[in-house]
Amino acid sequence: MTLFHGVKNACYPAKLLNDRLPGISMPTTPVASAIEARGLRRIYKVKPAPVVALDGVDLDVASGEFFGLLGPNGAGKTTLIKILTTLLLPSEGTARIFGFDVAREEKRIRRIMNMVAGGEQSGYGILTVREQLWMFSQFYGLPRADGWRRVDELIDAVGMGDERLQRVSTLSTGQRQKMNFARGLLNDPWILFLDEPTLGLDVAAARQVRELVTAWKAAVPGRTVLLTTHYMAEADELCERIAIVDRGRILAIGTPAELKKRVQRESIFRLELDRLEGGPAALARVPGVVSAAPTAGDGGPVDRQTVAVNLVLVDDGALGGVVGALGDLGSHILALRKSEPSLEDVFVELVGRGFEAEVA
Amino acid sequence: MSVVETGRPTTPQEDADWSTSQVVLTNLRAIGGRAYPRITGLMREKSWVFFEILLPLLATSAFVFVYRALQAPAQYIGFVVIGGAMVAFWLNVIWMMASQLWWEKSQGNLELYFAAPMSIMSVLFGMAVGGMVMSSSRAVVVLAVASVVYDVQFAVDQWALLLAVFFLTLAALYGLGMMLASLFVMWGREAFHLTQLLTEPIYFVSGLNFPVARLGILGSLALGTIPLAVGLDAMRQLAFATAAFPVGTPEPAVEALILVAMTIAFLGASRLMLATMERLARKEGRLSVRWQ
Repeated sequence: MTLFHGVKNACYPAKLLNDRLPGISMPTTPVASAIEARGLRRIYKVKPAPVVALDGVDLDVASGEFFGLLGPNGAGKTTLIKILTTLLLPSEGTARIFGFDVAREEKRIRRIMNMVAGGEQSGYGILTVREQLWMFSQFYGLPRADGWRRVDELIDAVGMGDERLQRVSTLSTGQRQKMNFARGLLNDPWILFLDEPTLGLDVAAARQVRELVTAWKAAVPGRTVLLTTHYMAEADELCERIAIVDRGRILAIGTPAELKKRVQRESIFRLELDRLEGGPAALARVPGVVSAAPTAGDGGPVDRQTVAVNLVLVDDGALGGVVGALGDLGSHILALRKSEPSLEDVFVELVGRGFEAEVA
Repeated sequence: MSVVETGRPTTPQEDADWSTSQVVLTNLRAIGGRAYPRITGLMREKSWVFFEILLPLLATSAFVFVYRALQAPAQYIGFVVIGGAMVAFWLNVIWMMASQLWWEKSQGNLELYFAAPMSIMSVLFGMAVGGMVMSSSRAVVVLAVASVVYDVQFAVDQWALLLAVFFLTLAALYGLGMMLASLFVMWGREAFHLTQLLTEPIYFVSGLNFPVARLGILGSLALGTIPLAVGLDAMRQLAFATAAFPVGTPEPAVEALILVAMTIAFLGASRLMLATMERLARKEGRLSVRWQ
């Protein structure tokens, strides 16, 4: 995926770069946030009653960040994306993309962003994949020959070399979405909006799309992605930070780990040992251990010669003491697995219901 | 814009700041890009030969036989043939210009057009250019085949004016199509009913198969408002210079000026309506959003 590599580094926040590349000092010129929204409200005037799609959203996404909006259908994710991509005006509040106002500077924003939506059926079935992408390249002002070259590179990058000359009308859903993704990269955007990009895709195709996004994003510092999804695992896997959205409001923002931490203030580990002198009670006395209990029988096959222990710690840092204590006791660790809450647990904690309940 | 990577570090602010020439070039390229599917479609969909050449020829032939049976002046056969050729443009304007943005909206293309940095006017210009190329090929075939089959004798004195009137007719027609495109996208499905409603009446008041001045006041009204009517009338006068036209028929040069005025008015109105449509789309969210 060499195409994905580039040189857009000047806008990458110096602090983040310094954090990642210790010893290399970068200029500390202030850089505008990729996204800055304040008090965003959007009301659709529909019958029988107006619908409040967004209700006072405040959001900051740093340049170079992979940010996710997670929420059920109707949460307001797509409305927020439409406002940020300049397709819709907010009823109240302001939003800026790299410092440009979405209401007044839409032309500037459109030059540096692109968007891909799941289930997108855009374009013309009579064209081949190559022609369709070239057509869109012209809307972004690429010179004719450069457009063809860029299209060929992107087709290779998304692994559609064999479908290059295939008519768009004959593509499968997964192939179509890969083509849409290539379309979203035609202008080498600074910020890419992905609205449910894996909607309707099978597991393999969804994984491919996620890999493509990750590779593209990672290739050049400063590239920013805003992803909306209602697939929790997808948000967990891809996003550096996530906002949980429901009924037009942001309920929580944080890294996946931070969000999970909200519902689990203790660390839970499952240990498998070759032996444990004194039983789990021997571990319960170690500083930082809240509880230690045998777990054999509750979590899959455990050999008779092994001892399985469910260990609750005040935090991950207490694990070091446990490992040391096991060494003193002459035990060997055969397996160690951390038990974590899912983002769905977080959502349930915040909203009081699961995604399925909302959909139903 | 660092679309093609040059090795020069840039910032989003720099990339968002386009020069006037970048803006102009992007819009010109967008016109070419949007014209491309129409021109490509011409080559790939061979069924147009049947639907848009053979079928219109049948209607033209019917009028030819009626005029022959009535022993009408020979030029009337030519009038019908020119009308048969020009109908390709009207059908293209109504079905593939006026209703096109509505179709683009339902496909999800309109959203992407709005989100791109070019003007939506460029998209309409691209559709118009593609439509003109597409329809010209059909019109030329109809004109050539019908002229040979029915032995049409043209008498052209002013070639330059004839060509100018032809291109002005196309400009005014497609200007009208661009204006209607904005209206239709706001009206939604009703646009299709309007399209059907407009087809035959426009044929009639444009004098597709007879000199429009025969319609009296209605004909005069058509000459002042419908590009097809005024263009056809002027082309007939120029292509059959020796033919007798009804009293009160404007001179071709005057009709050319009417076409210029129509072109300016329609393009101006379409620009205004597009701006209104985009404003409404962003404000009310019901034009670029598929479900609304």
